[in-house]
Amino acid sequence: MKSAVNSKSRRKSRSSTPGDLVLRSLSFFYVFLLIVLPLIAISSRAFSGGLEGLWRNIVSPQALYSLKLTFIVALVMVVVNVVTGTATAWVLVRYDFPLKNLMNALIDLPFAIPTVVTGIMLVALYGPNGLIGGLFGRHGIEIMYAKPGIVLALLYVSFPFVVRTVQPVMIELDKDMEEAASTLGARPLVIFRRVVLPSLTPAILTGAALSFSRAIGEFGSIAIVSGNIPYKTQVASVYIYGELESYNPQGALGMSMVLLICSFLILILLNRLQVWNRRHEHAD
Amino acid sequence: MGIRVCGISKRFGDFLAVDDVSFEVKTGELIALLGPSGSGKSTILRIIAGLEVPDKGEIYLRKTQVTSLTTQKRRVGFVFQHYALFKHMTVEKNIAFGLEVRKADGSFIRKKVAELIDLVKLQGYEKHYPDQLSGGQRQRVALARALATEPAVLLLDEPFGALDAKVRGNLAQWLREFHNQLQITSIFVTHDQEEAIEIADKIVVINRGRVEQMGNAREVYENPDSKFVASFIGRVNVLDAVAGDGRVVIKNTPYAVGNPDAAAMKDGDVVLLIRPEDVGILSGPHPYAIPVEVRRIHYRGSHYEVDCLVGSAFLRLIQSKNGFDSLELSEGKKISLVFNSYRVFEAQEGHAEVRAKLKELGYIE
Repeated sequence: MKSAVNSKSRRKSRSSTPGDLVLRSLSFFYVFLLIVLPLIAISSRAFSGGLEGLWRNIVSPQALYSLKLTFIVALVMVVVNVVTGTATAWVLVRYDFPLKNLMNALIDLPFAIPTVVTGIMLVALYGPNGLIGGLFGRHGIEIMYAKPGIVLALLYVSFPFVVRTVQPVMIELDKDMEEAASTLGARPLVIFRRVVLPSLTPAILTGAALSFSRAIGEFGSIAIVSGNIPYKTQVASVYIYGELESYNPQGALGMSMVLLICSFLILILLNRLQVWNRRHEHAD
Repeated sequence: MGIRVCGISKRFGDFLAVDDVSFEVKTGELIALLGPSGSGKSTILRIIAGLEVPDKGEIYLRKTQVTSLTTQKRRVGFVFQHYALFKHMTVEKNIAFGLEVRKADGSFIRKKVAELIDLVKLQGYEKHYPDQLSGGQRQRVALARALATEPAVLLLDEPFGALDAKVRGNLAQWLREFHNQLQITSIFVTHDQEEAIEIADKIVVINRGRVEQMGNAREVYENPDSKFVASFIGRVNVLDAVAGDGRVVIKNTPYAVGNPDAAAMKDGDVVLLIRPEDVGILSGPHPYAIPVEVRRIHYRGSHYEVDCLVGSAFLRLIQSKNGFDSLELSEGKKISLVFNSYRVFEAQEGHAEVRAKLKELGYIE
């Protein structure tokens, strides 16, 4: 808070030259053109049929189902991601082992691979003809073109989020705090739960929110692995695409507005989390 | 007996951090492990707490062998240099932590926490978080937290190291009074010899992972066993000299110092260590008078410090205000000195290292 005030007063005290003014106007205009204008465009289009028309589109049974599915698979993914992501960060920070650098580098791979390719890779492995998919298939368990496939794809594309938000906080953790807890009689599990975890919570929640927002917007990989069966495996983003394909732009707009609002809410949440995180870091 | 450390050694890779260290702390004593940074004193403390496992040796707490026990089972109170408070817990919660993990009764915990808050004088801060407290307050919370489980011994690792000088002095004094009140067997680690002399019952001087000397402050100060101890504890002048024919002559001068312990001395290069307060100014003739020139006079409020040139070396002495006035000292004046007490060490014994240390401490230029 203090530094924000400082930087503000510093900015004010400096007299602005014509060059400054031009640069400032240009960057403002750019942000407006690039980010704000499309938002205004989609909103005005969405509301052109009136609030009622928009609402009808959102509450259509197929739209509601895809929305519900989107949230459920995203939540399942987030729960798994929080556990595996935190554990992976812990292993990377606290242990030394051969190929650790390689493992650390592999974490970011999902961000680099085009998501459509991710979908195809997953089908190759978990599809009916894939190595693992075939094995499960023989026991009557479908992974691809079913809900587990969607969760799997989401896990793949959002894996780096939790690891990469938790890892730096973990590196900075004050080991003295853990040692102090052990001299006070706390066993490793209690130390983790009562001393380590509270320090990591803001970072874990940030990672969770980031993967959640990624999940509700994910399209490429899900379009490949889900099979897009309405009332079974069709998620919101794919539903939007389907509505456009079947010449129902109002349906697409309605769902788009819902996803937009979700994104805004997550953005606000992330902002709050950041403030909390900073407070934690400064509590030294 | 409170704590007994028997022949512990600890190696980190190629570095021998602790080398066959043994000492004992009587029940209720407050002792200081004093040494320069990197001397292994903190490692010794951590081994006693069970935070490090020694390669060799044994630790006894209250006559029980605890070497193989985990930290959790040793019941030691440990205070860290940087407080190590739980940042996400209030003062109250920090202090209660040890009792909570030991599953103490809720009403007992509340009573005990209130008691400790009184003891460390933090009434009104119960609901504060560590980042809302000053350094001195945080260290008092850390102390209260360590005492909550009623440990058999209290271990403090540079407890005042992170505080500014004034707070450090006050808190050190307070710790001494606090210890008198509680009589809990305590060891504290410090690199500050004044702090050690001020509050410890006994000082264990540690250098390069070994115990150099043990004793009360007076013993260690007045009868240092080694050049390291002499130079590390208190201020000291270092003069190069040559021993031979039962005489010790200051280098680059014809002057000998009095009463050398000829029997204990080998001929050759030696080093004289003389404390400033052991240098006397002569007003009449003396068989071992050393003529010098006053080069600089420092006013220190209660006394004067005078730098003199002896041969090619500087020597610092202390004069009271009265003595200074009656002698009419001034820069450039020639006077005669005598060493009332000094110690001789062989020059080979890590001379350069002692000089470097003294330089670092600002005792010599």
